[in-house]
Amino acid sequence: MSIGPVNPQVLETMGQLFVSLPHCQTLGMEWVGVEGRKPTLRINWREDLVGNPASGVIHGGVITSLVDTTSAMAVTANLSDYETIATLDLRIDYLTAAKPGQPIFCSAECYRLAGQIAFTRAICYQDSIDLPIAHGVATFMRGSSRVPMVDEGGKS
Amino acid sequence: MSAFMQRFAALRDAGDCVGVIDAIPYARLMGVEFSESGEDGLLFSLPFHERNIGNTMLPALHGGLIGGFLENAALIHLMWNRDSLEAPKIVDFSLDYLRSGRAQTLYASCEITKQGKRVAHVLIEAWQEDRAQPVAVARAHFLLATG
Repeated sequence: MSIGPVNPQVLETMGQLFVSLPHCQTLGMEWVGVEGRKPTLRINWREDLVGNPASGVIHGGVITSLVDTTSAMAVTANLSDYETIATLDLRIDYLTAAKPGQPIFCSAECYRLAGQIAFTRAICYQDSIDLPIAHGVATFMRGSSRVPMVDEGGKS
Repeated sequence: MSAFMQRFAALRDAGDCVGVIDAIPYARLMGVEFSESGEDGLLFSLPFHERNIGNTMLPALHGGLIGGFLENAALIHLMWNRDSLEAPKIVDFSLDYLRSGRAQTLYASCEITKQGKRVAHVLIEAWQEDRAQPVAVARAHFLLATG
């Protein structure tokens, strides 16, 4: 039995904020749900997100944004209160090309929340999480800015 | 060889940078531009667009978007500098964020560190007002030949 978000309100507010950001809206990012402390996001295939028009495969950069956002959300699932976080580094392994015409899902977890740094890993998949198309590892700085990321619902 | 690579080669030989971006839907959506005016080859630029924001309070460019811009730059840079008409495939991409991307034009340039028979290694650097103060640095591996 997995345990839920440390503070469901923080995850809810930050999660809604993340998918509402202009760039995430541009990509059509959607929040699918959270299992334990692992959020899942989705991006539907769209012609204008393609990287190689001959194959119709989605651009790797779209996957980068999906991994970055889902990983950040996984960090917030482990926070007890609102705080600003910023990606410090990110590595993506492209395991196989994404199939055109199908949505891409990303599920992420924060496997270590240290005092100043949060460590995450993420998996992107289409048909099944057991058939990953990309794997991402990232670190985030905690308390990265004095400017809160949300202007209501919480103070950081 | 794909129709895409054939088209790319024709656009490159004509020096048609705008045509290259037009051929890559996501690069066009991001609003990428590039030219042969860089000190060391191609200079990529991403004028500020509201739709690329990832932090509305600062405001700052989305980190994922910066990654996409750099990955796209690496791929175009590599294809621009290769004779082969086989499309390189990205294997992995690693990105270090050094400063937040402000609501200004973001620039990038690339360097092919190594081009072997099967794999190429590309370094990418991104900056805004001052090249000595990079916003991000990245590196990518590309598979050159499909086996």
